[in-house]
Amino acid sequence: MKTNEEAKRKYEEMVKNASPNSPILKNCVIAFFSGGLICTFGQFLLNFYQNNQFSAEDAATLTSVTLIFISSVLTALGIYPKLGKHCGAGTIVPITGFSNSVTSPAIEFKKEGMVLGVGAKMFLVAGPVLVYGILASMLVGVFYYFGGR
Amino acid sequence: MEYWNAFWVGGLICVIGQILIDKTKLTSARILVLFVVSGCILGGIGIYEPIKEYAGAGATVPLTGFGYLLSKGVKEEIDAVGALGILTGGLKAAAGGISAAVLFAFFASLLANPKEK
Repeated sequence: MKTNEEAKRKYEEMVKNASPNSPILKNCVIAFFSGGLICTFGQFLLNFYQNNQFSAEDAATLTSVTLIFISSVLTALGIYPKLGKHCGAGTIVPITGFSNSVTSPAIEFKKEGMVLGVGAKMFLVAGPVLVYGILASMLVGVFYYFGGR
Repeated sequence: MEYWNAFWVGGLICVIGQILIDKTKLTSARILVLFVVSGCILGGIGIYEPIKEYAGAGATVPLTGFGYLLSKGVKEEIDAVGALGILTGGLKAAAGGISAAVLFAFFASLLANPKEK
């Protein structure tokens, strides 16, 4: 309990110290370039797969899978979290951030076991994303089916 | 030219996320949820498609693109099989990405250990 409170205090201090040093404009510029570069790399992969006789849809899926793979490896090596500290939303918003949000807790909670640790905590962030994504897609589907076609 | 479009549109979508983080203190999990739902709704009402046509990976790589994929999958599946597509279309389209994320995360958890903070 004590260490918990200590950690909390330390964290709050960290936030206080970090906040004035991270002006929003600078953050946005970094997010723009880092996020933009990840998308540019995605475009490179997309073109690469399309030039290798994959259909547009398959090429898009393969691009996502490749980015997810790279991000998962970088997360396992501890590199992606370091990038994330500097790049903010630039590394959170792309699909690589989604992959990081799956891999990171899977590693973090492996001590709690394969089922309730790795299996459950994997979806700590991705779970809500999927829940609301699926619900939104069904909402779209209902409107499309009854009205929009 | 298509690289440039992917770069600046993708970058801009990330800037929107950064502004939300800095201005609203939303956690990254909420940002991701918000982006997927926004992408899905924008896809549903037909706004995201032209953005994707223009920006390519700049629109599909950010999480909004994942939401767009869900909406596109639902529509295509409804066209193909009718009302059942409302239930099956979204995940069907997103299955590759989700399964890949699970697979790689699983292997990563076997091979890597938590880093000291």
